[in-house]
Amino acid sequence: MSERIREKLTLLADAAKYDVSCASSGSDRKNENKGLGNASNGICHAYTEDGRCVSLLKILLSNFCIYDCAYCISRKSNDIKRVAFTVQEVVDLTINFYRRNYIEGLFLSSGIFKNPDYTMERLVLVAKKLRTEHNFHGYIHLKTIPGASDELMQAAALYADRLSVNVEMPTKESLRLLAPDKDRDDMLKPMQYIDKALIQNQEEKKQFKQAPTLAPAGQSTQMVIGASPETDFQVLYMSDYFYRKMHLRRVYYSGYVPISYDNRLPAIGTPVPIIRENRLYQADWLMRFYHFKVHEIITPDAPLLDMQIDPKLAWALRNLHLFPIDINTADYHLIMRIPGIGLQSAQKICEARKFSRLNMHHLQQIGIAINRARYFITTSDVKMVKDYQADQIKEFILNEGKSKYAPNFSQQLKLF
Amino acid sequence: MQTVLYDASFEGFFTAVFEIYEYRISQPDIQREGAAAVSLFGNTHTVHTDRNKAGRVIKKLQEKLYEDAFRQLYWSFLSAQPGIENTLFRYTRYALSSSQQITTDYSNADVLTIQQTAKKMGREKHRMEAFIRFQQTKDGLYYAVVSPDFNVLPLISRHFEERYADQRWLIYDTTRKYGIFYDLNTVSEVSIDFTTSPQDTAAIYDEKEALYQSLWQTYFNSTNITARKNMPLHIRHMPRRYWKYLTEKKPY
Repeated sequence: MSERIREKLTLLADAAKYDVSCASSGSDRKNENKGLGNASNGICHAYTEDGRCVSLLKILLSNFCIYDCAYCISRKSNDIKRVAFTVQEVVDLTINFYRRNYIEGLFLSSGIFKNPDYTMERLVLVAKKLRTEHNFHGYIHLKTIPGASDELMQAAALYADRLSVNVEMPTKESLRLLAPDKDRDDMLKPMQYIDKALIQNQEEKKQFKQAPTLAPAGQSTQMVIGASPETDFQVLYMSDYFYRKMHLRRVYYSGYVPISYDNRLPAIGTPVPIIRENRLYQADWLMRFYHFKVHEIITPDAPLLDMQIDPKLAWALRNLHLFPIDINTADYHLIMRIPGIGLQSAQKICEARKFSRLNMHHLQQIGIAINRARYFITTSDVKMVKDYQADQIKEFILNEGKSKYAPNFSQQLKLF
Repeated sequence: MQTVLYDASFEGFFTAVFEIYEYRISQPDIQREGAAAVSLFGNTHTVHTDRNKAGRVIKKLQEKLYEDAFRQLYWSFLSAQPGIENTLFRYTRYALSSSQQITTDYSNADVLTIQQTAKKMGREKHRMEAFIRFQQTKDGLYYAVVSPDFNVLPLISRHFEERYADQRWLIYDTTRKYGIFYDLNTVSEVSIDFTTSPQDTAAIYDEKEALYQSLWQTYFNSTNITARKNMPLHIRHMPRRYWKYLTEKKPY
C-alpha cells in the first residue's frame, strides 16, 4: 500500500516539477473555527538541490494525457509509466505534510484524461474536500483546464487561492508547431473568464461583505523559454499583455529542460538557459515593482536582453543623459531606477534624507551596492566620479565583480 | 564609565534606563547580571526590576515612536547581541530628546543598528517558521526541536498558534532550554526534564510518522531538477546549520 503511494508520488511529482510556479503568497485566507492552516504568509519551507524553493506540494493528479505536446514529459506519445492518485490520496498527503510544517499547501495540476470537464471536476473535488471536510485553510493552487465548463471554473475559484493556465509557448506559431492539439485562443479563454469573474467578485464584495471570495491570490501563467525561437522582446511583450489585460499576478519563465529527442526541440544535453531565464525575471521585476514600461526595457530593434548585465543597468547605460541623480533631492521613483539601489534602499534613502544630507558613507551603511551606484549618483560629499562613456562603465562593473554565472557565459553566448 | 547591571528581562532593561536618568549616570554601560565583566575602577549600579519605572519609560517611548519602531526595539533586545543594551539606550535617549519622530533616521548609526538587528531577528523568525519540522507522537502531540541563532520562540508563537489551531504542538529550543506548548487553547512556556526520557523514537512516535517522513523525502528528491543542480544556491537558502532538523536532509 505505502509502496504504491510512494511510486505515484515519485512519478507525479517528477512530472509536475517543470511547472515553476511556487508562490504561496498573495492570499489572505485566515484560519476559521479553529481549523487547520492559513494562507497569508508565503513561506518557502525547503529548497531543492537546484536551489528552487519548495512551498507547496506540487503534483499532478494523473499523468495520463490525451494531448501530445512535444515539450511535455507527459505527452501521449511518450513511453512512460502512467499512474493516477485517488482524490483521497491527495487529500491525505496534503493534510499530513501540512500538519508537519513541510508545506504551505497544495498545487494540483493534471494531465488531461478522458476530457477537460472530467479532469477539472476531479481537481475541484480535491479542493472542495480539503476545504469542506477537513476545515483546511492552507493555500491551494489549481490548474484551470482549457475547455472545462464555466461552472467548474467558478467552483475552482471558490475553493482555490490561485488559478493558473500555462500558455507555455510565447506565440501562436510555436504552440501550433509544438502542441498541434492545442489552440491558443482556447488557452486564453479560461484566463479571460476567470479574470471577469474575479473583477465581478470584487464588485460584489464591496456591496455584500458576506459574498464568498474567489481565488484571492488571482491568476498566474508560465512561458517556456528556449524551446522555441521567440526573442525576449516577444516574451516580455506577452508578459506585459498578461499583466495589463488579464491582471495576472505572476508570469513565470521556465528555462526549457531538454526531455525529448524530437527534432522540433533543442537536443537532450543542451544546457538549460538559466541566465536568460534570470534576466527575464529581472525584467519582469522592473515592470511589476519598479514602474518600468516594457518599451523601456526592450525594443524591436534590439530584441534580446544583454546577458552580461542586468536590464536595469542596461537601461541606465542607454540613458546616461538622465544621470547623475542627486540622492538628496531626486524623486523616489528616480532613486529606485539607479543601478545598485533596490526598492527598500530607495525607501530608506528617502526617509533618512529628511534628517540629514546623505553622504557616501551613509549609503554604504544603508546597504546599497556602491560599486554600481557610484557611476550614477551625486551625494553631499561626492559630486560624480567622472564623465565616463556607457561601455567604459559596463567594463568597470564587469571587471569588478565576478559574476556568479561566469563559467556559463561562453556556452550561452554561442546561442546568439 | 559606570556599569549598570540588570536581570536580562525587558522590563529590567527599561528600569535601568529609568534609573540612569533618575541617578543622572552620565556614562552608563548596561550589562546583564552574571554576563558582565565588571569594571575594576568604575563603580557599579545594580538595578532591581520595577514595573512602574519600566512602564513609564515604555509609555513615553510609545508616544514618541511609531508602533513598528517599538517592535524593532523589542526584537533587537531579544537578539541579546553583545552591547545591544547600550545601543538601545542611546536610541532611547535620542528618541526621547528629539522633537520629531526618529524611527527612520538611517543616517544615525544607532537607529540603523536597531533596524538591522531587528531585521536579522526577523530573518531567523522566518527561518524557524519555514524549517521547523513536527513529528507526531503516539498521543497526537506534534513535536519539534530547534536551536535558533537567537531567542525567537516568543516571536513565532503566534504564527504557529494561528496556523495549527486544531493540533497540540510543542516547540523546544535546546540552546535556551525551554519550549512553547499549545494545548488547543493557549500557548505557554514549558521546560522539560530530559534525564528520564531516553530517545527511543520508535516507542514515542505515531505509527504513521516514519511513513510520512519518508514520503516527504521521496517528494523532496523527485521535485528536484538534476539538470539545474545549483548547490551554492541550495546552501545559501538552507544553511547547513539547520539541516539536522530537516526531515528532507536526513539520510534515508
